[in-house]
Amino acid sequence: MTEYRWVRVASCESVPVREGRAAQLGDREIAIFNLGDQFLAVDGQCPHRGGPLADGIVSGTSVVCPLHAWKIDLGTGCVQRPAVNGSCVATYPVRVEDGTIVVGLPLDTPVVAVRRSNGAAA
Amino acid sequence: MKRLVVVGNGMAGMACLEQILAHAPRFEVTVFGDETHVNYNRVLLSSVLAGEKTADDIVLHPIEWYQRHDIDLRLGVRIVDVDAEAKTVTGDDGRITPYDTLLLATGSRAWLPPIAGLDQDGVFAFRTLDDTRALLDRSGPGVKAVVIGGGLLGLEAARGLQVQGCDVTVVHLMATLMERQLDPDAGHYLAGKMEDLGVRVLLGRSTAAVLGNGRVEGVALEDGTLLEADLVVVAAGIRPNVELASKAGLHVNRGIVVNDSMETSDPDIFAVGECVEHNGVCYGLIAPLLEQGKVLAATITGNRGPVYVGTVQAATLKIMGVDVFSAGDWSEQHAEPVRYEDRALGVYKKLTLREGKLVGAILVGDTSDSHRYMEWLRSGADLTPQRRHLLFPPPAADAGLDVAAMPESATVCGCVGVTKGAIVRAIHDRGVNTLSQLKECTRASTGCGSCTPLCHELLRAVAPEFEEEQKKVICGCVPFAEDRLRDILRSQKLRSVQEVLEIYGNGIGCEVCKPALSYMLDMLWCGEHDEDRSARFINDRVHANIQNDGTFSVVPRIRGGVTSPAELRRIADVAEKYDVRMVKITGSQRIDLLGIRKEDLPAVWADLGMPSGQAYTKGVRMVKTCVGTDFCRFGTQDSIAAGIELERRFEQLYTPHKVKMAAVGCPRNCAEATVKDIGLVGVEGGWQVVVGGAAGKGVRKADLLATVETTQQALEAAELFFQYYRENANYLERTYDFVERLGIEKVRKETVYAPTAVRHALLDRLRKSKARARDAWHEGRQPRHPTQFIPLTPMETLT
Repeated sequence: MTEYRWVRVASCESVPVREGRAAQLGDREIAIFNLGDQFLAVDGQCPHRGGPLADGIVSGTSVVCPLHAWKIDLGTGCVQRPAVNGSCVATYPVRVEDGTIVVGLPLDTPVVAVRRSNGAAA
Repeated sequence: MKRLVVVGNGMAGMACLEQILAHAPRFEVTVFGDETHVNYNRVLLSSVLAGEKTADDIVLHPIEWYQRHDIDLRLGVRIVDVDAEAKTVTGDDGRITPYDTLLLATGSRAWLPPIAGLDQDGVFAFRTLDDTRALLDRSGPGVKAVVIGGGLLGLEAARGLQVQGCDVTVVHLMATLMERQLDPDAGHYLAGKMEDLGVRVLLGRSTAAVLGNGRVEGVALEDGTLLEADLVVVAAGIRPNVELASKAGLHVNRGIVVNDSMETSDPDIFAVGECVEHNGVCYGLIAPLLEQGKVLAATITGNRGPVYVGTVQAATLKIMGVDVFSAGDWSEQHAEPVRYEDRALGVYKKLTLREGKLVGAILVGDTSDSHRYMEWLRSGADLTPQRRHLLFPPPAADAGLDVAAMPESATVCGCVGVTKGAIVRAIHDRGVNTLSQLKECTRASTGCGSCTPLCHELLRAVAPEFEEEQKKVICGCVPFAEDRLRDILRSQKLRSVQEVLEIYGNGIGCEVCKPALSYMLDMLWCGEHDEDRSARFINDRVHANIQNDGTFSVVPRIRGGVTSPAELRRIADVAEKYDVRMVKITGSQRIDLLGIRKEDLPAVWADLGMPSGQAYTKGVRMVKTCVGTDFCRFGTQDSIAAGIELERRFEQLYTPHKVKMAAVGCPRNCAEATVKDIGLVGVEGGWQVVVGGAAGKGVRKADLLATVETTQQALEAAELFFQYYRENANYLERTYDFVERLGIEKVRKETVYAPTAVRHALLDRLRKSKARARDAWHEGRQPRHPTQFIPLTPMETLT
């Protein structure tokens, strides 16, 4: 059973419905999506050429990478197009607490200090 | 072999002859036609006049058909006498031809009302291919035309002439248009639609005289009004040609009287078509004449049996965008009227019922249910069970007409006269599987096109390997062709992508349909829609072009490629300040700053102090220019000023795909205007406006849209095309594919040659969109959303 460190990221309003936003959590760049009835989080880079998934168009519970239109299932992190090819991105559990998006980072991976200093959420 | 002589080479006569030949080739056949053409589809002359079809397109029986059946075809010969005793006919060439059986299919002619001056040059009827050709010769932009008669034929002629560029007025004696087919309410709706198209309609006016000195100059009305006219079309009604029948001693009233077996009072003379009167009725529409032909063919070949019992008359106005259908007896006397009307949409529907049965129908503005009503009229079905839903679509379970329930003899295509039976036979015997094969094989659906859905239904039901020749639908999420979708969004007044997806699609959408729908809504509502950023590509969310490393490129607008030292300094400063990876002069006379982080975009834009160049979007890119008369010793036009003005008029607008333009001062074409989406090419004394050029994946020389004298006219021609493209192209269809698909003739006809009202409407919508458009880079100062440009940073420090 994986244990998580739960990180408060931003207010729910920080991510518009059916859009994604990038978030730097330690050494991880993840993409958080607001699907209206839930938030989902995956690793931010497309397994194809590293495109920014947070900038993709949401289609149901998938996102389409803006660079070459690879389609990633946000629930499983797996590539659905060009074909189910075994490539996946990591997924992260998300909870909402008091209007805040809280993301679970697996405890078995180290985190380092935040690099970025500009742009506070909301 | 018996000698059969047919007088009249028109639709009714030849359709009947075709049936006769099918029964038994026992006749030696001679056909006389006073026109010099093989049999053509007279119903489609209005399409020829409107430029939608050519003379060749409407040929029904090519010369080979006559040859194949050993028919002695005598064209250009008018039969002037019949001797029923001697059984001979005499032509206007003096030749006498004997017959055993004579078939009169003499049709009808335009009735000329007693108006002075009708014998002048410039007065036409609209009955024949020659009339149509003469009208085409004389019509054109600026020509003033007056059509006397606001019936079916007059209105089709009016619209055809107007499409050719004429300034058209219809003068109608009665208080409402098409009063024989439409009640006054429907007539008013129709008049409104004709006026919307730009045809002037004068009702309740009587024509006193056609003025002129041997050549038409005007028309004087009884009330003293004078109308200028270069040509006059008389479409005041038709009269059956019965003179030969009278000479032969046949019983003649208004038409040649025939009985239910289509026999006249002479056992060896038969008659069919518009010249015939059956049960007191002379028919002037094609469907009844074809039915008569079938009965007559049986009678004439000794297979007497089938009888003609009259036909429910139905008329369809063949004017694109003006849907009018009328059938049966729609008078409300002793009938129960059922009505529906929507003034805003211009839709009017009326049914009349007697004893639970449909006896008449009028449809204006929406004729999609005409086949259903026609079938009810033919069958006389008891409609009591459906009484509450007569004017509404049937429940989805049995949407449309049940094709299985249609009798074999039911006419599917009224223009060409094709029955359900003929279509089913074509499918079974000739291996027809697609609509285009069906058109090829039976000619069904090649006329006004109103039966196309029904043909589809039949193909779907009967053809073993039916292939839907769908227009490309956007995607599986909203499976509609784009033109259909535009109609839906417009008529249903939908204003958000999610709404469209939920009502007409799968509720989800994807990266293909969402940007397409976003564009359509923006275009249709001229910017007054609920823009949903989530439905747009990242470039349109942050107004910059995403690069392969996730950074963005920034291209400021430099109108016409003309910049200044101050601008260049600012650009250089920005490039240094934000550590821009590359500064590049583009192929479009602009400067591209590459490698900018999303979060830096607002500051970059602020420091540049220049508007967005829209290099990231499906929108107006730029106008490339040469220096023109400003500096160039060869320049004939001020291409810099024209180019900058063109860019100002279009900038900030979205388009189906990117639009790149150029303006050049002379045909040396230094800014490559002839391979741009829109190009202005300066020539001595004016401009050529060219459209649909390409120099990308493929190379295509632009087509000439118009040659004009002034820069204002050139800009307006460009505006007309630009808005027309915005409204009619499929999303992601470049102008060169669009122009190629439609053909430049159609594009011209619907833009620069369109009626004034249509042109003004296009320009109005363009101006409305433009008035609401704004520089996207304003969002740098006023973000649409707090995190539009910035990533999220955790609220707690991670250690």
